[in-house]
Amino acid sequence: MRIRLLFFALYRDLAGVPEMELETRPGATAATIVEELRRAGGGLARLPETPAVAVNREYAPLSTVLRDGDELAFLPPVAGG
Amino acid sequence: MRAWVTRDPIDAGALLGAVGAPADGAALLFVGTVRDHNDGRPVVGVRYEAYVEMAERVLGQIAAEAAARLGTDRLVVVHRIGELAVGEASVAIAVSSPHRAEAFDACRFVIEEIKRRVPIWKEEHYAGDEAPRWLAGAIPPIPEARP
Repeated sequence: MRIRLLFFALYRDLAGVPEMELETRPGATAATIVEELRRAGGGLARLPETPAVAVNREYAPLSTVLRDGDELAFLPPVAGG
Repeated sequence: MRAWVTRDPIDAGALLGAVGAPADGAALLFVGTVRDHNDGRPVVGVRYEAYVEMAERVLGQIAAEAAARLGTDRLVVVHRIGELAVGEASVAIAVSSPHRAEAFDACRFVIEEIKRRVPIWKEEHYAGDEAPRWLAGAIPPIPEARP
């Protein structure tokens, strides 16, 4: 299944791109993707083990099981206002 | 009630004009502006970035929660993103209600919740050749895993 990944602010700097598509196995959770990205090396090796994420534009626990076509966003600590 | 994100300068006066009613005895406008310093160092400007679709959704949720506290739906909130100079408005909130206590409470609630959970980030720019820096922010509240 395919997941769309979005990176913002500091995490975009680590990824080097604002978004990417990832092919992953059915049943994968957000935590699975975090592990894969950290293991793949490059800047994303510095992604925290438990970053805040949103699935389809809602904050979600890392245990969330992903579905084909989901949008998984990696969100650094927020600083609006 | 309205909540949105914009790349354009904020017209705070227009925002205040969007609230108010004959039944209201209080109208409040809060404007957050870009400071020329932070943590003891001079700041020459900032850049805000947002996950726009989600930021507008969370802003809308905050506005709805605030309206419940306010007791009216006369509440508007806008957050600007992109490059901002010192002194420019980054966020503005206008509310009105029959009595002042609810208006102050709702306005304060909106700005504090924005800082806590809207997916917006701020990069500070400094004078000279010092590199810009993403500000350390708040870890948003994440819902518990459902069994």
